[in-house]
Amino acid sequence: MMFRKDQLELPAPRRSAGPSTRKRLYLVGMLLALAATGLVVRALDLQVVRKDFLQSQGDARFLREIPIPVSRGTIFDRNGEPLAVSTPVESIWANPQEVLEHAERLPALAKALGVDAGDLEQRLNQRADREFVYLKRQMSPEAAQAVLALGIPGVNEQREFRRYYPSGEAMAHVLGITNIDDRGQEGLELAFDDWLAGKPGLKRVIRDRLGHTVENVELVREPQPGRDLALSIDRRIQYLAYRELARAVQEFDAKSASMVILDVRSGEVLAMVNQPSYNPNAVGASPPAARRNRAVTDVIEPGSTMKPFTIAAALESGKWKPNTPIDTSPGTFQYLNHTIRDTHNHGLIDVTGVLTYSSNVGASKIALTLEDSHLYDMFRRFGFGASTGSGFPGESPGLLPEVRAWNGLTKVTLAYGYGLNVTVLQLAEAYAALANGGRLRQPSFVKGADNPANAVLDPQIASTIVKMLETVVSPEGTALKAAVANYSVAGKTGTSHIASGGGYEDKYVSLFAGIVPASAPRLVGVVAINDPQKKSYYGGFVSAPVFSRVMDGAMRLLDVPPDNVRRWYTGGPDVGAPISPSSPPPDYAPGSTNYEEGGTP
Amino acid sequence: MIAVLYARLRRFVDRVLTRPRLDLPLAGALAAVAATGLLTLYSASDLDLGTVLNQGARFVLGGALLLLISRIPPATLRTWTPWLYAFSVLLLVVVAVMGEGRGAYRWLDLKIVRFQPSELLKLTMPMMVAWYLHPRALPPSWKHTAVVGALIALPAGLIAEQPDLGTALLVAASGAFALFLSGLSWWRIGALVGAVAAAAPVAWHFMHEYQRNRVRMFLDPEADPLGNGWHIIQSKIAVGSGGVFGKGFHHGTQSRLEFLPEHTTDFVFAVFSEEFGLIGVCALLALYAFIIGRSLWIAMNARDTYSRLLAGAIAMSFFVYVIVNGGMITGLLPVVGVPLPLISYGGTSAVSLLTGFGVLMSIHAHRKLIES
Repeated sequence: MMFRKDQLELPAPRRSAGPSTRKRLYLVGMLLALAATGLVVRALDLQVVRKDFLQSQGDARFLREIPIPVSRGTIFDRNGEPLAVSTPVESIWANPQEVLEHAERLPALAKALGVDAGDLEQRLNQRADREFVYLKRQMSPEAAQAVLALGIPGVNEQREFRRYYPSGEAMAHVLGITNIDDRGQEGLELAFDDWLAGKPGLKRVIRDRLGHTVENVELVREPQPGRDLALSIDRRIQYLAYRELARAVQEFDAKSASMVILDVRSGEVLAMVNQPSYNPNAVGASPPAARRNRAVTDVIEPGSTMKPFTIAAALESGKWKPNTPIDTSPGTFQYLNHTIRDTHNHGLIDVTGVLTYSSNVGASKIALTLEDSHLYDMFRRFGFGASTGSGFPGESPGLLPEVRAWNGLTKVTLAYGYGLNVTVLQLAEAYAALANGGRLRQPSFVKGADNPANAVLDPQIASTIVKMLETVVSPEGTALKAAVANYSVAGKTGTSHIASGGGYEDKYVSLFAGIVPASAPRLVGVVAINDPQKKSYYGGFVSAPVFSRVMDGAMRLLDVPPDNVRRWYTGGPDVGAPISPSSPPPDYAPGSTNYEEGGTP
Repeated sequence: MIAVLYARLRRFVDRVLTRPRLDLPLAGALAAVAATGLLTLYSASDLDLGTVLNQGARFVLGGALLLLISRIPPATLRTWTPWLYAFSVLLLVVVAVMGEGRGAYRWLDLKIVRFQPSELLKLTMPMMVAWYLHPRALPPSWKHTAVVGALIALPAGLIAEQPDLGTALLVAASGAFALFLSGLSWWRIGALVGAVAAAAPVAWHFMHEYQRNRVRMFLDPEADPLGNGWHIIQSKIAVGSGGVFGKGFHHGTQSRLEFLPEHTTDFVFAVFSEEFGLIGVCALLALYAFIIGRSLWIAMNARDTYSRLLAGAIAMSFFVYVIVNGGMITGLLPVVGVPLPLISYGGTSAVSLLTGFGVLMSIHAHRKLIES
């Protein structure tokens, strides 16, 4: 239509009002109305129909929930001495895009951070598409302030906490470590992480495009600071044990060692130390092997330290009394093509003597009179073959073979501590049960844990065995060096071959497990020294002196009333002369073989 | 001599100030939009008074030019037109020569003021087309259409080479609007559009790669999601977040937290929408519609072809700015650098727009005495 009209209007006079122009103007007017309507409809669509979606999208861009860091709880020892403390440190982070806009200031930034400028620039460029990059973590507040004082846009600080361990190596294994995010990674730091860590708070903030916090909107979650933890550990005894154990490892050139001290009455762990150790304040430098808390994670064959439990079964069976005679001549015993040996011929001794002289022949003969299940049950009752339940991360349950897996020889070897695996902590727990009138208590790392005690042995039998064990720490016994001045000590030595491959090599674990004071037991200590190379490998010679020295200090520190003063100073009937810790062991010949090689077929 | 000139100038200025030939409804609507613009800028610049004062100074300058030009009869403007056109094209050439070897050069630094000559063309282009078509028979013949095409193509080409494809298109459009209003028959329009469409692939073939990239960027800016795609997303969020009543003055989070890019210039409408909501958007659009409608009305009642085509072209250009910017911030149209008239921060645009309205005022003042 327009086409025709235009054509018709061609000859219109010059400068006419141009109706075609009017039409076009009307057309433009209509287009205007249409376009304006279109925009309004679109505005309705965005601002009414899709408002909620777009608003939430907008909120998602600037509302951020950020954690409020909380301090990790302090770990104290039983006397309130701090063992692990968190101190505030600052971490420097940056928004790479923003920092790179001021590339000329990178050298100054790098210098303040103490890093290489080239590395820094590369790091930022690699992460240029992100909004958050740590530049350096855990700086001292002063150093962080120096960085911020440069005033470089996009560089920010973040409060964090770093863990310090004032006790260093002595406490390292028990406490464990935290990672850079202040979460427990090993040891009690891990076991009690939830308790110690607290809950970081959460706050909702408005952040602009560059990540600057513009406004705090609300507190979403109140920060819950970590709770403190009081351990059962006595730092003084721990130090003492650490020092003495380290000295023994050095003296005998041993590969590793552990010592555990339990409070008999509560089951609390008063000290737990290992060699080798590491500096928990500079973990990176230490080999992983040094970080194991061997007292709970590593197993050993307990050897003769198991004999008291064999005797416990014997006494319980009613077939044996402490003074029932038993012939151990000629110091060897043939059983199922195997020869069981004593260090030398003890001749006719009684059941007490089996412990005093640590006679394998005696223990074997006694075991043969016992029911399989009885011996097994006795060991189980004392906690062998099961985790102590201490809750320590990575704790090994050890291994006690079930009766149906036994062969003919198993009962005999179990009687003197072969064919099963135990941890040092398990051994300590079992000795504590003996000392505690036959009541087994789960060991605890927390002060005042008050774990229930389970009666596992008749109190009479238990106290009888403790009395029998006192003979071990006497001039006649194998562990005179375990004696503690002014206190009576009951204990048992052990010197076990280290199993490797299918057999036993010429390596030993030197053990001593002891109870002090024997008349009113307070502490149980177990010392295990692994593969001593020099001087000797007998438990009574290597481990017993460690026990003696540590307990000597512990008795004083704990203010335990002496129970042996009279005998000590007056030369009473039981002990003829003052015991000199340096006197040589009278009862065994160094170099002789204590045990059947390749104990189990 | 000087005294006489001075006396005449003074009389003219007196007349400008005492008896301005203004269309009061249009002037009122413009003032309202300008005031809205200053208010929005105050918020968008995060309460920076400096920005507002700068823009206000430009409005004063533009307003003075408006008053001045409103006193100049369209006939006088018509006689000046070829010279104004030639002058502005010359400036474009100067800029092109001075900008030799640099990336993008659009600005002319006059020490006191810096302005983009291409902005001048937005006014002188339709003037020139109107001037050329004024004495001719309308609708224009093929020959005259071809001449107009050349008049449009020359400066548009120069601007496109700056490179500023967006402004080149707008300048070309302002000339084409005058041609369109001259009553160019639809089939010729169709033929022209067809010819351009057919020439495009040929031109494409002869273009350098960097030129092609510019075209690609112009046609599909969202291909760059962190650039313009981000702009559109943030802009839509800002508009939508406003809801019906808006978040209130200076409560728009998108711009305040710098998520919205260019929030004082091309995307200022998004800030306005977020803070004043649907109601504000409708009110502002109504103001714009009134300005455009009134301009079209002035064009309709203009005395001669020159005035009619010029007024209509100015009105249409203004219309296109509003729609393109509005379409852009609501995500209906691609991102092109078209500011929202009288609201976006920017000197040359504000001054040239008000100058254009000065022309409209002049045309209105010298309209036909008998309404047809």
